[in-house]
Amino acid sequence: MNNITPYSSPHYFIYLLILLLPIIIGLWFGKRFRIYDMFASIVVLITAFFGGNMSQGISLICYIIFEMLIVFIYLSYRKKHNGFWVFTTFVILAIIPLVFVKLDPLIKNPTISLFAFMGISYLTFKSVEIIMEIRDGVIKEIKPYEFMRFLLFFPTITSGPIDRFRRFQKDVVNVPSREEYVELLHSGVNKLMQGLLYKFIIGYFFGTLLLPKIQILTLSYRGQTPLGLSWALVAYMYVYSMYLFFDFAGYSLFAVAISNFMGVKTPMNFRAPFKSKNIKDFWNRWHITLSFWFRDFIYMRLMFTVIKHKWLKNRVTIANVGYLTLFLIMGFWHGETWYYIVYGLFHAGAMITNDAWLRFKKKHRKSIPSNKFTQAFAIFLTFNVVCFSFMIFSGILDKLWF
Amino acid sequence: MDDIKEKIVGILQDVTGLDDAGQDADQDLFKDGVLDSMATVEVLVTLQDTFGIQVPVSEFDRSQWSTVNKIAQQVQELE
Repeated sequence: MNNITPYSSPHYFIYLLILLLPIIIGLWFGKRFRIYDMFASIVVLITAFFGGNMSQGISLICYIIFEMLIVFIYLSYRKKHNGFWVFTTFVILAIIPLVFVKLDPLIKNPTISLFAFMGISYLTFKSVEIIMEIRDGVIKEIKPYEFMRFLLFFPTITSGPIDRFRRFQKDVVNVPSREEYVELLHSGVNKLMQGLLYKFIIGYFFGTLLLPKIQILTLSYRGQTPLGLSWALVAYMYVYSMYLFFDFAGYSLFAVAISNFMGVKTPMNFRAPFKSKNIKDFWNRWHITLSFWFRDFIYMRLMFTVIKHKWLKNRVTIANVGYLTLFLIMGFWHGETWYYIVYGLFHAGAMITNDAWLRFKKKHRKSIPSNKFTQAFAIFLTFNVVCFSFMIFSGILDKLWF
Repeated sequence: MDDIKEKIVGILQDVTGLDDAGQDADQDLFKDGVLDSMATVEVLVTLQDTFGIQVPVSEFDRSQWSTVNKIAQQVQELE
């Protein structure tokens, strides 16, 4: 038997829905069965992490114990004191396991990624959120089982969407009314169907049928043309972008649908991203829970500190430094290879350019036309900029050039 | 309360450079693109200085700060 990646095959849903049936019946009659909830979670987690060799599962357990220690030691400290450096130290401690996992491929030393398991990033985002909100005093009390329930909520454990503790908590301590629950079931079924279409039909078409063929064609130009460039690479760019969106959006729809069945309104991750009018708009529509996490816990906090201490004066400089920091961190988070870092820098550059354009537009509002054609052009341009960035992200250039 | 609102509208206009920012006290400032993250932070910092309040960034729930009326209410509660 192997580890079963959640939502990786259509069969998975049949078993999952059988497991969820008692939860659904319970919520229908206005009850949450805490013991059964826990049992169902454990079953899913065992199939996902202990199916093959046990190393993923053992890493997960070590990781949870480690993060629990960090969070609860910090909580008890925060009740009496509020030092900046202690807070910083605890945030660093909380991300250390993730840093090790990310550095691992770089230094080829398998022993340091003791904590490697599927979804470690997403659990780390949640832990860091809790520490930051404890510091701000908005999380005053959290019980160990609440912490575990939030971190290990199985519908979202491997790849998000990234929920927030206080929002999640509101849902799990409440039982939705019959009407609310009927609506949740309805939206859950819709999302499940849309997800199946996205991931197993459209995503499969682009990712499994088309992409490998185009990749072979693209790489056949290696060394044949300047930099190996070809029309095949352009085709690869669009096909890869479609695959990336439909595969990930499909997965995210599953996670939200299964949450809905369990009476939890996990936030959506995508909102028609290819209709974005500019790159800023795009980041409000693409992998939303991640970009909002970065916005709230990195960008805004950084801006806040810089402005409050008057480290920089010019607001344009402040915003641009913020974008560079933010997207570089995002690049490094994706992995320590050149194309993820370039992907981050590219997006920082796009944001900076976009801001400059918006400032220019504000000044020359009267002389710049705005009509259906310019709006369509804005969407077209944004779409192509985004697809180009995904082509960098895909790593195809690495295969083509090095 | 009206005094607070007037000051808030002034801050919004200073930060965004838009003369009509916050004229409608129920306008959704985030949805209508009046405030982006950067402008939001500038508004928060200015609010802190003007009213002597502390706004924790994680307490900052966009839905509760989205209009001039709502900001005024938050400021009053934090004062």
